[in-house]
Amino acid sequence: MSMHERKTIDLEQGWEFMQKGITKLKNILEGLPESQFSSEDYMMLYTTIYNMCTQKPPHDYSQQLYDKYRESFEEYITSMVLPSLRVKHDEFMLRELVKRWLNHKVMVRWLSRFFHYLDRYFITRRSLPPLNEVGLTCFRDLVYQEVKDKVKDAVISLIDREREGEQIDRALLKNVLDIFVEIGLGNMECYENDFEAHLLKDTAAYYSRKASNWILEDSCPDYMLKKVQHELLYVNASQLLEKEHSGCHGLLRDDKVDDLSRMYRLFCRIQRGLDPVSQIFKQHVTIEGTALVKQAEDSASNKKAEKRDVVGLQEQVFVRKVIELHDKYLAYVNDCFQNHSLFHKALKEAFEVFCNKGVAGSSSAELLATFCDNILKKGGSEKLSDEAIEETLEKVVKLLAYISDKDLFAEFYRKKLARRLLFDKSANDDHERSILTKLKQQCGGQFTSKMEGMVTDLTLARENQSGFEDYLNNNAHANPGIDLTVTVLTTGFWPSYKSFDLNLPVEMVKCVEVFREFYQTKTKHRKLTWIYSLGTCNINAKFEHKTIELIVTTYQAAALLLFNASDRLSYSEIMTQLNLTDDDVIRLLHSLSCAKYKILNKEPNTKTISSTDVFEFNNKFNDKMRRIKIPLPPVDEKKKVIEDVDKDRRYAIDASIVRIMKSRKVLGHQQLVMECVEQLGRMFKVLGFFHIVLPDFKAIKKRIEDLITRDYLERDKDNPNIFRYLA
Amino acid sequence: MRRSSTRKSGSAAAVNPSSGSSYAYRSASGKAVSKEVERIDNLFYTYADASSGLIDPEGIESFCSDLEVDCTDVRILMLAWKMKAEKQGYFTLEEWRRGLKALHADTISKLKKALPELEKEVARPSNFLVFFSYSFRYCLTEDKQKSIDIESACQLLELVLGSQYRLQVDKLVEYLKSQRDYKVINMDQWTSFLRFCNEINFPSLDNYDEELAWPLILDNFVEWMKGK
Repeated sequence: MSMHERKTIDLEQGWEFMQKGITKLKNILEGLPESQFSSEDYMMLYTTIYNMCTQKPPHDYSQQLYDKYRESFEEYITSMVLPSLRVKHDEFMLRELVKRWLNHKVMVRWLSRFFHYLDRYFITRRSLPPLNEVGLTCFRDLVYQEVKDKVKDAVISLIDREREGEQIDRALLKNVLDIFVEIGLGNMECYENDFEAHLLKDTAAYYSRKASNWILEDSCPDYMLKKVQHELLYVNASQLLEKEHSGCHGLLRDDKVDDLSRMYRLFCRIQRGLDPVSQIFKQHVTIEGTALVKQAEDSASNKKAEKRDVVGLQEQVFVRKVIELHDKYLAYVNDCFQNHSLFHKALKEAFEVFCNKGVAGSSSAELLATFCDNILKKGGSEKLSDEAIEETLEKVVKLLAYISDKDLFAEFYRKKLARRLLFDKSANDDHERSILTKLKQQCGGQFTSKMEGMVTDLTLARENQSGFEDYLNNNAHANPGIDLTVTVLTTGFWPSYKSFDLNLPVEMVKCVEVFREFYQTKTKHRKLTWIYSLGTCNINAKFEHKTIELIVTTYQAAALLLFNASDRLSYSEIMTQLNLTDDDVIRLLHSLSCAKYKILNKEPNTKTISSTDVFEFNNKFNDKMRRIKIPLPPVDEKKKVIEDVDKDRRYAIDASIVRIMKSRKVLGHQQLVMECVEQLGRMFKVLGFFHIVLPDFKAIKKRIEDLITRDYLERDKDNPNIFRYLA
Repeated sequence: MRRSSTRKSGSAAAVNPSSGSSYAYRSASGKAVSKEVERIDNLFYTYADASSGLIDPEGIESFCSDLEVDCTDVRILMLAWKMKAEKQGYFTLEEWRRGLKALHADTISKLKKALPELEKEVARPSNFLVFFSYSFRYCLTEDKQKSIDIESACQLLELVLGSQYRLQVDKLVEYLKSQRDYKVINMDQWTSFLRFCNEINFPSLDNYDEELAWPLILDNFVEWMKGK
């Protein structure tokens, strides 16, 4: 046939010609004697396709040729490839597969060259898969899908044989695995799902079987040999762990919980295999936690200087985030790591590291206490449902386990609880009791005994009050003319408050007298000390426009009442008449003249109080409300709390040393320190006090020296390392 | 050392300083002793304040100038120790007698000659510890006082240990003046300083064990030294 004539080629005719070429190709692949394709052969085949595609309709056979292209593969595979694979098994089958795959790739290469013209225009126009893909897909759909399970099994048994020490054909293995990869056509799914998952499962099973066998059987040398193999896996294990992306770090970083679970299952079968995993876990959690601390520190340092001492919003957010972090990784421990004690320990140690770092000058103990306060008080920043509150309190108490200064937390908590109770700021009694129960469970009865006493005091106080009211009703002469509510507190339970000798306004003096008389009728054995700094007062202020009821503290009320007698009062006059300290006077005057509600006018009208200021009742004050509360910000307790706690700790150590020396009479230094640490440790477990970070020799040494100075102990004359008890 | 044996014979008369009368001790050696005592007493009265009957700081100053020894010299402190003087800056008759008799010195010139011997005596290890503790107590001027301020402690260290342990004293003084933890030194810490100088290799500090009962201030000192 001449190339120059463009005679229309008929489909059947053209296909017959193509078929000859295809058959030749197949023969070559089958290893039958055939000559190679010459360039002329190739040209002819290519041109035939070309012509058949470029002929005018109805003789443009692109679609048909495309279909026949695919059918060629299908026919070949079905008639030749599959039968040959079916009859072979194991390693032989693998070899056959590799051969067939290579052949197939050759076939695809050649045929797609012949049919190339289809790739140029036809497939794009019809958005069809290109020839290459069609060819490979045929193999996948017809061969791979059928044999993949058998192949996988054969591969795994090959690997097992190698583990048993046999030499295997690694090249074959690689080639087969390559098929898994290539057949995915750019996607690793085939490899992962059809092969890798099974391999991992098998590996775990294999080693678990091995381990139990080894332990059951064995003579020593054999066991040693197997130990060496085991070690190899262990070494590889750490490499596995360290790998950047799929290694343990990466898995944790990317929250790949399923992979972590898998990793756990794999490593838990190796002796001590979980140690490095738990170490990495611990590191990771520590890093995350420390980052949170830094974050909080950074945002706190942007705060305005005057707000530095106040535990602010950022710190609250920090506590929330720590809780969330704990939730997240506790879930990991429970799920991925199957509640294993190693991982519980890792979690605990990680949290102990960063939970004891303070933020912006506030210790973690204080932060936690403030966080609780916000949840428990009325109008706190946390607006949550009852359930959410319970849950959150539960979690906060759990975090307390990681804090070493538990006694500091207790003191802060107690101070804030006192404020809540005394100023009626507690949002919900049940929650208050509930958290105390949780604290008791976690830290012991002694830890919460004082706080519980405080809550009980309030209940008793209410009963007492109705008794008082009855008394007033029955003794008309005793009535002070003012509604009086007294809350009697038991000293030991409540934080210590300084009681200043406030000069009470006349009206209030009578109140105090009356209550004292009443209280005498109840008991003669107790002494009442009045803490005016904690009282509140409702007074009616008659302004020009209207009378407004002011809710103030007793100190503020005392100051305001002074103005009943004088129109103008200087700072010093007020201070003298009230008999309070500068600190108190400044604070209360500020709240009345420089804050939101200007009940008093100040000359000069500056924003701060100075000792030369003069004050006047602001007759013209007005507000749309008939009743307003004028808050008096509390003194910063932080320093005092820390001092109190330090003092308590010193007493505790002193008492322990004296106790030991009293019974032993003579004791060496090191032994004294050891016994002291042991005793304190036991005692503190019971009392829930701070956990001494062992060994805190310094603290104990310091106390010993102090006791020597106070003549409780002396050093032995001959051996300065020995102490004697001085009765 | 000859001691008086008043007690044995039991015939001591009461002392009456204002009358200035001498009185006799009966002792084994008889006359010579009583002369000595008379001279010692007379020497006392040349420095003593008439109304109080004690040698006060002013008296001590003139005593020192006669001795040709600076009154801040350690030898005065050694004398005080020999006398078992209780109050810094004052000598009572009893103390004076005690000291000078022990030194066999009843004149200023004899005292001067006795000083080198006294130094040697103090330097003997058995005596030095006693002297060292004494020097601390001597500085406690107030009734219930139990410690002395850092500044005074440093001066005292210089005085009593400076010649023997130059390097240790220099470093210790430097440290004490720079630290903030302690504002005073008590007796326990004071005695430990001597023990430290005697026992611990300096400046290597290699045999110092902080787990032993060394006072915390020394633990801190060693830490400071190692940090330099």
